[in-house]
Amino acid sequence: MAQAEYIHPPINPESKEFWDATKQGKLLVARCPETGKHVWWPRKVSPFTGKSNMELVESKGEGVVYTYSVMRRTPSQYCIAYVTLDEGPTMMTNIVNCDLDTVKVGMRVKVTFEDLNDEAALPLFEPA
Amino acid sequence: MHAADRLRFRYYEHVSERKHPPMNIRGQACIAGIYEHPTRKAPDRSLAQLHAEVAAGALADAGLSFSDVDAYYCAGDAPGLGGMSMAEYMGLKLRHIDTTETGGSSYCIHVNHAATQIAAGKVDVALITLAGRPRSEGMATGTAPRVYDHNAPDVGFEAPYGPTVVNMYAMAAMRHMHEFGTTSEQLAWIKVAASTHAQYNEHAMLQNVVTVEDVVNSPMISDPLHRLDCCVISDGGGAVVMCKPEIAKSLGRPVVKYLGGGETIKHLDGGNVDLTYTGARHSGPPAFEEAGVSHADIKYASIYDSFTITVLETIEDLGFCEKGQGGKFVSDGNLISGVGKLPFNTDGGGLCNNHPANRGGMTKVLEAVRQVRGEAHPKVQVPNCDIALAHGTGGSIGTRMGSATVIIGAEDA
Repeated sequence: MAQAEYIHPPINPESKEFWDATKQGKLLVARCPETGKHVWWPRKVSPFTGKSNMELVESKGEGVVYTYSVMRRTPSQYCIAYVTLDEGPTMMTNIVNCDLDTVKVGMRVKVTFEDLNDEAALPLFEPA
Repeated sequence: MHAADRLRFRYYEHVSERKHPPMNIRGQACIAGIYEHPTRKAPDRSLAQLHAEVAAGALADAGLSFSDVDAYYCAGDAPGLGGMSMAEYMGLKLRHIDTTETGGSSYCIHVNHAATQIAAGKVDVALITLAGRPRSEGMATGTAPRVYDHNAPDVGFEAPYGPTVVNMYAMAAMRHMHEFGTTSEQLAWIKVAASTHAQYNEHAMLQNVVTVEDVVNSPMISDPLHRLDCCVISDGGGAVVMCKPEIAKSLGRPVVKYLGGGETIKHLDGGNVDLTYTGARHSGPPAFEEAGVSHADIKYASIYDSFTITVLETIEDLGFCEKGQGGKFVSDGNLISGVGKLPFNTDGGGLCNNHPANRGGMTKVLEAVRQVRGEAHPKVQVPNCDIALAHGTGGSIGTRMGSATVIIGAEDA
């Protein structure tokens, strides 16, 4: 199961490039060009150098479940999770397209997109 | 070394290892008055009225009045812009204002800030208030996603996934169980201890003593947290009055000294996520260091208890046991006054007593003060409680949190 309805992300000048890419089926992560470190969530200013030069690079969209929880008290049960991408950073997401009782810490997952509107598709994860 | 790595290194240093240690203000400020609103449901009162009533109550406890206050501390639960409307409501004439907002930990941070300002000679009498009425407003505190601020940089990357208070704490519990083998039964012992204390609190929302079985058999809210792993939703509030030691000694109430404090913000660190620990890891050491006390000196601890997992991780992070051993530590009544080694939340805490404004930091300070004064309920009063700790957690241990530790003591501590 999944959420019956998703809150749409507010899109601002800093996050537009990320959400534009989701419409092309791409998951981008922020990368500091000087340290080479990946960062989640995306931001323009590097927390490592203070420069406004963080770049967005495409993630393979694969990773493992760091932790999760199935919400049982809402009309539509759903699984919130943190997934650690193979590139390094851990991101919040939902696990979908599976029996939620089979979700486990350490499970391999891959990205899939849920179309929200003309501006954004939401990166979700399903069993790899 | 890279600049960012130097910053991180400094973050983890203890006070004594800092090149220029901060001024130690141990004993240079006192808590002179406290008040907890007896209401748990207040459809007949406004939010501003609740703030003013708890303020008046704490000042009366101290033997002071609105006209004595020269510094006011409040957080996002206060109505109006910052502290302005409430200062006007109460007719305060201020020379210092602090509206630091870190959710439920704000009030522990306010105690630290007030102590610092009093020690610096900028403040004589500080008033801190908290109040809220989420119960009267019918708020689904734990299970409904809330967007606080559309400009928050994290919102677009989190809100769509349905993060709520309970499933975020649940994810911390899930990971703690995975890494350390912590069990639901161990978490349940925290609720058992809180309920054992709450039976003596006539104002507590939940006064029935529960068992480990009651907790693990209560409905699952968000795996692995059950209904009885969660705190209550209540109206109400509380206030603290702090002042210079010479003023406190003139008031005829038991003197409660500020001994030390620490605070931090712990966050997701650019995706370097570790939900098995809280900001207490960083707020605790400077508090112990400033107070000059060890864990064995702490006779009583108020530990923020939004959920059972909040208590378990905080106890580990404050150093009462090793990381990962919290489940074992809290079991078999070790948190029950008169039974265990670390009596906690003897008012019943957020788990059973109240959680006004969905923020528990204030009530943590209040019960610690009662314990040091010897004014807790006789059935839960810790004998010779000369040193106590209060710890607040605000925001979410599943994302970003404010953490604050306060250590207080009796006049001769």
